[in-house]
Amino acid sequence: MDVPKNPDPDLKKVLNEIPGGGPMASFDRWWILLAGVLALILILITVSPDPYLRILYFVRDGIVVTIVTTVISFIFILIVGLLVALMRLSANRFIVTIATVYVEVVRGIPLLVQLFFWYFAFPSIIQEIGARFNIEIFKNYLANPIAMAVLGLTFCYAAYISEVYRAGIQSIGKGQMEAARSLGMNYSQAMRFVILPQALRVVLPPLGNDFISLLKDSSLVSVVTVADMTRRGREFMAANFIPVETWTMIALLYLVMTLLAARVITWIEKKTRLEK
Amino acid sequence: MEPIIHIKNISKHFGAVEALRGVNLDIVRGEVVVIIGPSGSGKSTLLRCINRLEVFDEGEIMVDGIPLDSAENINAVRTEVGMVFQQFNLFPHLSVVGNITLAQRAIRKRSVKEADQIARDLLFKVGIPEKADAHPWQLSGGQQQRVAIARALAMNPKIMLFDEPTSALDPEMIQEVLDVMLGLAKDGMTMVVVSHEIGFARAAAHRAILMDAGQIIEEAPPDVLFSNPRHERTKLFLSKVLI
Repeated sequence: MDVPKNPDPDLKKVLNEIPGGGPMASFDRWWILLAGVLALILILITVSPDPYLRILYFVRDGIVVTIVTTVISFIFILIVGLLVALMRLSANRFIVTIATVYVEVVRGIPLLVQLFFWYFAFPSIIQEIGARFNIEIFKNYLANPIAMAVLGLTFCYAAYISEVYRAGIQSIGKGQMEAARSLGMNYSQAMRFVILPQALRVVLPPLGNDFISLLKDSSLVSVVTVADMTRRGREFMAANFIPVETWTMIALLYLVMTLLAARVITWIEKKTRLEK
Repeated sequence: MEPIIHIKNISKHFGAVEALRGVNLDIVRGEVVVIIGPSGSGKSTLLRCINRLEVFDEGEIMVDGIPLDSAENINAVRTEVGMVFQQFNLFPHLSVVGNITLAQRAIRKRSVKEADQIARDLLFKVGIPEKADAHPWQLSGGQQQRVAIARALAMNPKIMLFDEPTSALDPEMIQEVLDVMLGLAKDGMTMVVVSHEIGFARAAAHRAILMDAGQIIEEAPPDVLFSNPRHERTKLFLSKVLI
């Protein structure tokens, strides 16, 4: 951003332009970056379709798996995260304790280890229970990789997101809750109609960050046999022995996705922003 | 006459601080009561106990015959008692009409059309019909407070509580809010007002109360209390307020 030679006397206007250099500047930067990445992919697949176009063709179903796994997980994460946040804000000590223990336990275990647990250990436990109590469905239980991946990602990320929600809810002044309650609304009505609509606007930017993290962390599900973009990349490399080309292509594909996601998030933020 | 607000011997602690010490107060239907007192005297706490925004430790409060003892009763009382705050507390994500219709629709179960009409009528009454579709951040403090009053009135309360309604306002906006309150008093609304607006108290109140250190020190018709206070504590306080 250009620094004006004569500072604008209108302080409010100046302040509005500070974060990220103002909306226009960040839009331009994003646009150039995305165009650059897309152009690079295009050049690679036209100039040397073998191997680049071959890689793209090979991993195309992996792209779909990555997007589907991320989006479905995120929907569950948003719901579970909100429930956990509301539990942590509950007046009931028992409910608060359950939610707090969940968040602390999940935050202390690496995501990769959690995914291994859900894919390898959890089905064994179910089968063991089935064998002990003679329940047929449990005995023959086999883990569905994508379902376990979604479960694992949701279980882990909901803990982090619940903290984001909680901070957002607590950032809304207590006068708002008092005004709502004094009009006769009960706690859940006040939450639904007054607190959450404001809190969700506050937490949109950090939620967007977490969505992008999730999109990248979804590559970890490749180790529990989910055929996502990363796993398809490994399979291609194993068959063709061209690591540089393969991982360049995969990296560029992730970059396109995260850039697009960031743009969509900014757009939603702008649409829902409140003037103050 | 049966009091509409019956406060019996209530006490309240904030940690080691005794905010209220055995306060008794009965207010009858249609009465306007102004509570004055130094900061920390417990006047706002007493007001907030009436609709149970503040939980009291001892004593009992009945509002229109309903004791404040269960969650159900507390919500029932709150729908009958309007509250106006020092900081307005308008909902910033809703328009002016949205602020006034939200509780009408959620609790009184009125249709969008009916609630909207009531909102616009009330905005006319408080003198800002043209602001119906504005957002709170576009209004001055005095206008925001008038919207807050309209929002409370939309629930057809039997009682209105005012917690220092003009203390956060610029001097030139105080009168427009007081005028609305004077109109309400003239219409026979039961009002409990925590405020140092002596002019309003003289014009509208039936009774003025001086609180200090969590107790009611003196109560009398405003003319008597302000001109002829009996207690030294009242004289001292008034000497600082009435310059």
